[in-house]
Amino acid sequence: MQLARVIGTVVATRKDPRLEGFKLLVVRLQSPAGKDEAGYVIAVDTVGAGVGERVLIVQGSSARMARDAQDKPIDAAIVGIIDTVELQG
Amino acid sequence: MFLARVTGTVVSTVKDDALATHKLLVVQLLDAAGQPLPRSLVALDAVGAGAGETVYCCRGKEASFPWLPATVPTDAAIVGICDPESNASNGWSR
Amino acid sequence: MIIARVVGEVVATQKHPSHDEAKLLLVAPESIAGTQPAGTSPAALIAIDAVGAGIGERVLVVLDGYAAMSAVGRPRSPIDAAILGIIDEVAVPGLATSN
Repeated sequence: MQLARVIGTVVATRKDPRLEGFKLLVVRLQSPAGKDEAGYVIAVDTVGAGVGERVLIVQGSSARMARDAQDKPIDAAIVGIIDTVELQG
Repeated sequence: MFLARVTGTVVSTVKDDALATHKLLVVQLLDAAGQPLPRSLVALDAVGAGAGETVYCCRGKEASFPWLPATVPTDAAIVGICDPESNASNGWSR
Repeated sequence: MIIARVVGEVVATQKHPSHDEAKLLLVAPESIAGTQPAGTSPAALIAIDAVGAGIGERVLVVLDGYAAMSAVGRPRSPIDAAILGIIDEVAVPGLATSN
């Protein structure tokens, strides 16, 4: 799983029917310290996340283990909203 | 999938038994304009491709699917040969 | 999933039987701002179309085997990418995006 920050939304009217009802969010991967990393991923929201929030995402086939995501054609899901990250040192 | 050109073959005598009857080809990745990129990899041939042909390859676990139900340990497979004439408009006519 | 632009169509007569009649589209991954990543020459990505996308359209591409296979209804087929949606709009506050 990776830490990320929600930076935007995607609207697609014509899409796979199994994606209907899901919110598609643009997330930027982050280091544990909260530094933005290069690149972005479009992730399906399963927890009610919003723009600006730090989230936990899961990628690959494991994304379909997320709530209501079984058998859905997705490869990235937001599975948590981060309260804090504690780092040693 | 990704676009590539077959640039060579690999001969290996000692290898996984499941690879025994398969052709191992060296493919060089192409960009969308058909220009070669400085990156090559070895792919298992599922369609009878040959040197110089432009092909498309599947990567990851799904690359082993052409040989189901056999379990073939590959992470890249050539799954199609691009028709030279029909793809001229893409900039890569061979 | 990533955002990409459809830049071409690939025709292949000789291909794995499970790809028969599939529409193979050549897509160029884009940054969220709608531009190609600067300074890179990305390998051409080929995705099977599941929604009727066409050249020039901005699309949602899934890069996972299971997801791609199920989207195009071709189980146990060697497919690792599919076009799942046609993008109407990408909204990223603070970033100018071009659709």
